[in-house]
Amino acid sequence: MSTATTTSSDVQTVFVPSPETLGAVLAPGARPPRPSAWSASVTFGWRAMLKIKHVPEQLFDVTAFPIIMTLMFTYLFGGAIAGSTDAYLQFFLPGIMVTSVVMITMYTGVGLNTDIEKGVFDRFRTLPVWRPSALVGMIFGDVLRYILAALVILSVGLILGFRPDGGVLGVAAGIGLLVVFSFAFSWVWTMFGLILRSEKSVMGVSMLVLFPLTFLSNVFVEPETMPGWLQAFVKVNPVTHLVDAIRSVMAGSPDASSIMWTFMWSAGFVVVFGFLTMYRYNRR
Amino acid sequence: MSDRPTGPAIEATGLVKTFGDTRALDGIDLSVPAGSVYGLLGPNGAGKTTAVRVLATLSRPDGGSARVFGHDVVREANAVRSKVSMTGQYASVDEDLTGVENLILLARLLGHRKPAAKARAEELLAAFGLTDASDRQVKKYSGGMRRRIDIAASILNTPELLFLDEPTTGLDPRSRSQVWEIIRSVVAHGTTVLLTTQYLDEADRLASRIAVVDRGKVIAEGTPGELKSSIGSGTVHVRLRDATTRPKALEVLSRALGATVEPDADPVSLSARVEGSDFEASTQAARALSELAAAGIVVDDFSLGQPSLDEVFLALTDHPAGATDTAEPEMETAR
Repeated sequence: MSTATTTSSDVQTVFVPSPETLGAVLAPGARPPRPSAWSASVTFGWRAMLKIKHVPEQLFDVTAFPIIMTLMFTYLFGGAIAGSTDAYLQFFLPGIMVTSVVMITMYTGVGLNTDIEKGVFDRFRTLPVWRPSALVGMIFGDVLRYILAALVILSVGLILGFRPDGGVLGVAAGIGLLVVFSFAFSWVWTMFGLILRSEKSVMGVSMLVLFPLTFLSNVFVEPETMPGWLQAFVKVNPVTHLVDAIRSVMAGSPDASSIMWTFMWSAGFVVVFGFLTMYRYNRR
Repeated sequence: MSDRPTGPAIEATGLVKTFGDTRALDGIDLSVPAGSVYGLLGPNGAGKTTAVRVLATLSRPDGGSARVFGHDVVREANAVRSKVSMTGQYASVDEDLTGVENLILLARLLGHRKPAAKARAEELLAAFGLTDASDRQVKKYSGGMRRRIDIAASILNTPELLFLDEPTTGLDPRSRSQVWEIIRSVVAHGTTVLLTTQYLDEADRLASRIAVVDRGKVIAEGTPGELKSSIGSGTVHVRLRDATTRPKALEVLSRALGATVEPDADPVSLSARVEGSDFEASTQAARALSELAAAGIVVDDFSLGQPSLDEVFLALTDHPAGATDTAEPEMETAR
């Protein structure tokens, strides 16, 4: 019982720093030029990929959650609203795709909040790189999750009987619009991730924003039977424009007006919330 | 870079930073000469971390100004960032990533191309004794290994100024001395180090100048020798066998040392500051011990040591370290 069990990590802590080896690595080499804004952002994107590789559980949100949402609402509302689940699915699938992915965007804020809590961002913020790159790169990683979630829902839809008339091109264009919008919308969450104190409060606020935004739209039902004041909201809701745009391209008949609105909203989110985010980021 | 300046590394005047009602920095002045270790000594909540965050461009001062190698930390933040590196009190690498991934990531962000980044990462891991752990996630590292990867990450490009915020807090003695050895090597290669610490002996060993910080103010500044001689060369700690002998022991010690003897919270303990040179202190202590024996008082433990941070504070401020009126221990990490 007297033999102490030495774990591998104990062995590795036996380290005697030698001035010679340390001296060799401390000799100032040539300083490389500062990386470009794009290169820095992509590098931060690589970090997001590595995090997915090491913590694959985080993909649960982008796979299980969308599948459950799609199945639940298709069978819950299908018969009542459209007469059959099959008929409902043609209307509903682009909408649930938008709902699921827009809801996932809030994890950007949660992730940022955790990063800040842990202190990694302190180091990033002392690096002489293009300031927004840490956040842009983070959202690049999230975009991959959005695409994954969209593909999962599309697969479930196709299995259940969703048959888009727009074909592969139409569907790809639809997912493209969704990704553009979600990238832009993520900046709302980076702002909240920087302002709010804990990951819990980010979640709380996100529910307050996301539920009205996704449910008070044309995702589940056509707005005709809604009271006037609600229709007025639904009409200006960016999610409505996005769903209209995606439905139109997936059906093979692109609707220029809703596509234009989608791009305008996206640009607006990036400009307004990107600015607010960077303002907070620089002044923390 | 041929513009290596000859002036001070840091020049700060009247730095103020407030968090709500708390003045974390209450007018700090600092002048840190280039090429040496400068110690910021103080208890938790004194404002050390806040000062470092302002100087490292992480936090904006509410008042005063600071220059790092002549560059203003607010107006020329990017110029400052290209010259400094910071190792925070908490993990400043990504715990989910492996050691080698962290270093490659940061090397890429400093502009190294992929092969160069990888080579540099491996070189540093080897020098810091982390090669075997390079493919392990940092969250599985021990405290000492984590500190080393933190410091390695800070010297990917050898910085001109390195901030080390309490680099040895929570480390075991062996890991502490490893970190000290690393700091000495870094300074030997021309980097200026601003070190914050709660331990007087650490500042004494490493720093060539020390600023004692309390409640957001510098309350004393000088070389370790100057500081120590201003507060006495050491402290005698006595532990008695029997608590009832303490009043007698107090009397004997006061006479032998010619100093005020303080009864400690522990009923069998006493301590006293001794003045004069180190040699005088030892002779006084020796005399005190023999007089205690002559008086028939049984002593379990007798030591002459450097003043603790608590004693330094008592001497400089008349209030013990840490007993600040802000009941907010986490204040320094507040946003």
